[in-house]
Amino acid sequence: MEWDKQLQQLSERLSYMRDIFPEKHVEDMSLLGLQLDELRQGIARGTVKDPREGIESLENLFFFIECKLEDKLTPMDKVRIVRHPQRVCLRDILENVYDNYTEIGGQDEHTNDPAMLIARAYITRRRGKKVYNQSVMVIGHEKGHGEEFRNGGSAKPWGNAKAQHYMQVAETEGIPIHAYVFTPGGDPVEDYPGAAQQIARNIYEMAGLEVPVVAIFSEGGSGGAEAISLADKRLMFSHGYYSVISPEGAAAIEGRLKRGERSSSELIERCAADLHLTADDNVRFGYIDRVIQEPVLGARPYHFEFFRSIRQEVIRATDEVVLSVRGPASLRAMALRGLRDREINLDDMYVRWNLSKKARLRLVEKRQKHFLRLSEGTYFSGRSWWKRVTDEWSAKCSEMYNKLKHDLYLSKRRSVSNALEEANAELDILKYRLTAPWRRMRSAFNRTPKPLATEEELTALSEWDRTQERGDWTWVSPKAHEDRAVTCPNSALHGCMDLWAPDLYNEFAGVCTTCGHHFPMEYQWLMFNCFDDGSMSEFNEEVQAGNPLAFPGMDERLATAREKTGLRCACITFEARVEGTQAVVAVLAGAFRGGSVGAAEGAKFVAAAERARRKRFPFIVYCHGTAGIRIQEGTHGVIQMPRCTVAVRRYVEAGGLYLVIYDTNSYGGPVASFLGCAHYQFAIRSSNIGFAGPGVIKNTTGRDIPPDYHNCYQALARGHIQGVWDRRDVRTNLKQALLTMGGRNLYYR
Amino acid sequence: MLDVTSLLESIKAEPYTEMPVRAPHTGVINFAGVREGDRVMGPCGEWKEVPGTRIATITREHNPKPVAAFDKGVIQVLNLEMEGHFVEAGTEIAVLRHYLSRDEVVRIILRKSLQLFCAPERAKYYFVPDVDKKVKISGSRSVTVQDGMELFIVSRMKREVPLIYHGAEGVIYEVYFKQNENVDAGSPLIGVCPPDQIAQIEDVIARVQMDWTEAE
Repeated sequence: MEWDKQLQQLSERLSYMRDIFPEKHVEDMSLLGLQLDELRQGIARGTVKDPREGIESLENLFFFIECKLEDKLTPMDKVRIVRHPQRVCLRDILENVYDNYTEIGGQDEHTNDPAMLIARAYITRRRGKKVYNQSVMVIGHEKGHGEEFRNGGSAKPWGNAKAQHYMQVAETEGIPIHAYVFTPGGDPVEDYPGAAQQIARNIYEMAGLEVPVVAIFSEGGSGGAEAISLADKRLMFSHGYYSVISPEGAAAIEGRLKRGERSSSELIERCAADLHLTADDNVRFGYIDRVIQEPVLGARPYHFEFFRSIRQEVIRATDEVVLSVRGPASLRAMALRGLRDREINLDDMYVRWNLSKKARLRLVEKRQKHFLRLSEGTYFSGRSWWKRVTDEWSAKCSEMYNKLKHDLYLSKRRSVSNALEEANAELDILKYRLTAPWRRMRSAFNRTPKPLATEEELTALSEWDRTQERGDWTWVSPKAHEDRAVTCPNSALHGCMDLWAPDLYNEFAGVCTTCGHHFPMEYQWLMFNCFDDGSMSEFNEEVQAGNPLAFPGMDERLATAREKTGLRCACITFEARVEGTQAVVAVLAGAFRGGSVGAAEGAKFVAAAERARRKRFPFIVYCHGTAGIRIQEGTHGVIQMPRCTVAVRRYVEAGGLYLVIYDTNSYGGPVASFLGCAHYQFAIRSSNIGFAGPGVIKNTTGRDIPPDYHNCYQALARGHIQGVWDRRDVRTNLKQALLTMGGRNLYYR
Repeated sequence: MLDVTSLLESIKAEPYTEMPVRAPHTGVINFAGVREGDRVMGPCGEWKEVPGTRIATITREHNPKPVAAFDKGVIQVLNLEMEGHFVEAGTEIAVLRHYLSRDEVVRIILRKSLQLFCAPERAKYYFVPDVDKKVKISGSRSVTVQDGMELFIVSRMKREVPLIYHGAEGVIYEVYFKQNENVDAGSPLIGVCPPDQIAQIEDVIARVQMDWTEAE
């Protein structure tokens, strides 16, 4: 009985190894199993003279083999480590890293979303005899300690909304946020506020949070991870993963599997390796700042030394963030930079974590600039060094010119003209009062009848306005040249008649004349029929999507897409006019790799937002269709979510009008970030908007969803979008939107 | 009076319904590889979002439109001689034999043997409080209705009016409406059974539940 506990622990270590390495390293596992059984039987029979020595030597053997296997860990093994039930959870971290904590976002299952855990905690530090309790807001995903209700750490939209609320509380109270990312991904449920919409709101919120944010990754699954991880410092556990998609999901896409089919373990292993999802990969890419080393084969709740490492690293990260924006570099900042190992005990060094107003602004600026710089060099910019230099200089000159024009000249002119308008209005009233007796006298003597022209204007029929006539389109779909009839998908429901393609795709603009169903049209249709003729001038057209992870077969696929569409990437950026109003426009073309967003698309989007800010133009995004983040670019793709959202936030806060129009099908990361965060979003009728498509929802959650689950009217009903537009009225509605949503402070005015 | 036993015997003699599959529109027909005697499925899925087995494709003006089975069953007749030919709308292209399930047989018997009282307009229907109480406590079969009895409350646009039952005297054997759900005009609200037939109907239904073998 005395040795049972130790033997039990060894047995659990062995079963853990078997789970991590299924059907691998069989000899090592059987050797350990054999030795363990022999020792157990020997102790039970009493044949082992010194059980302590036997257990010690077996523990040494375990450690030796664990070290040996540690060197052979593949990316997929690390994924299995992260998913293992014995993995450390957020509650373990709260217990062991912080000196005290109180859960404030509900308790266990008594909360709106048990997958999202919120706590107020403090860390005790000393300087001499003085003790300081430094408060932090801990936000993170919880997978364990009640697995049955934690939903595997997949936060629902209301869980992310809870996180957003407590981020705002932390900002009000001026305390740092420690965000622990332990999620395989967000739950794709579209009930209010909607998975994509809420993640977008979270990212937008974090892009401007005026308190230090430190994110610690263990399992960073795509959008769910991004919802709480836009941080000043991003740390990662050495055995964690951070990826755009799970290896199984990538394998299902690569293997072109149908619903319900399972991919082979070899393909999953290969996809895990191709996605470059490990901590070392992400540090190399620059998306993670530092790695927290775990014990061999991953951290488990009994590795107390590991919790000390986490504590030291989160304190160090928070100190670094605070000191980097507080002003002139202090000795403590230098000490933190110089002493990377454990020569310094951060519990004995005190750094105040609250920031002055100016330091807060510097913090936000620094965070935003850091994210804007990420993923540079992961696509073909296509520009020579000379063009880059001239572009940079022209941007600077343009910025200076616009500053002079808008901030100095126009604002002063506006002040003067406002004052003149006020004075004129006063004068008008004075004149009216003074001339009132004269007008009364004149009207008493001179009762002239209404002029004939006015009477006729009021009684006759108005003239037919030719400009309102529909059906005369600048660009016509090539589908209109096919001699065939087309059936409306709603024909069984509404009895729609078949439509002749030349009518449907030309005069009818792809709209069913019976039920109004909008057939998908090419992205060019809206581009050329919405903006003024000849007003479009494209920029950054030379930027080309690349294959930064050298994903097998991706170069060929990109070449095919380029050849098929004539585009270099899925994003087209240009300047154009809408009935005379100048705007910067970004189009996500569904024809190029499903409109998926990678580093090149992100770079073009950021540049377009920056250009709109510089030129004081409205920024319009036409999302013709997007399948999400381009999974073959791994974290280079997923980082575009916070990156582009930061660009949008900077633009909107500078006073710009950001407007998004969805068409056909828009899903995934872009909708859950830089598209979904827009204050004004509209959809073309019959479009679908959501976080994950029906197939992905079925594969990840096992739930069947109704056929109209992602329909734009559902998005309108839950408040994701602000309106549904008829395709034929987009030009009019867009002009109307610019007039009504653009206040006096908007640049385009 | 309806002879329920003979009704069941007649259903047993032909335990299926045969439904013609007609061309929904004109065009050139191509059959989808099905043969006579093949089993086909109707639309399925929680929202009937998965269409039934494709029987044929009719191409009109270069627009191939599928013709799918609208119920599950066996293809009894398939007019393969039409393959590749132009067909008019309404032309019979196949006959689908749908074997009746246990529930369908019970439904047929009840529809034929019970006297149905239908909704006069689209509205929400409730029993009057006394009847409602009785139905909830002892079940609908404990309520006997007579001609001229005030039985329902019709709720429409927040306006509630009583509805008088007209028909033969009997017990309420089946209730076809649910609380808080709109009932379309003409849909049955209740099925009333004459008291002397209750035993016979119950016996036949019990036989169906026990003995009926579903062909599919």
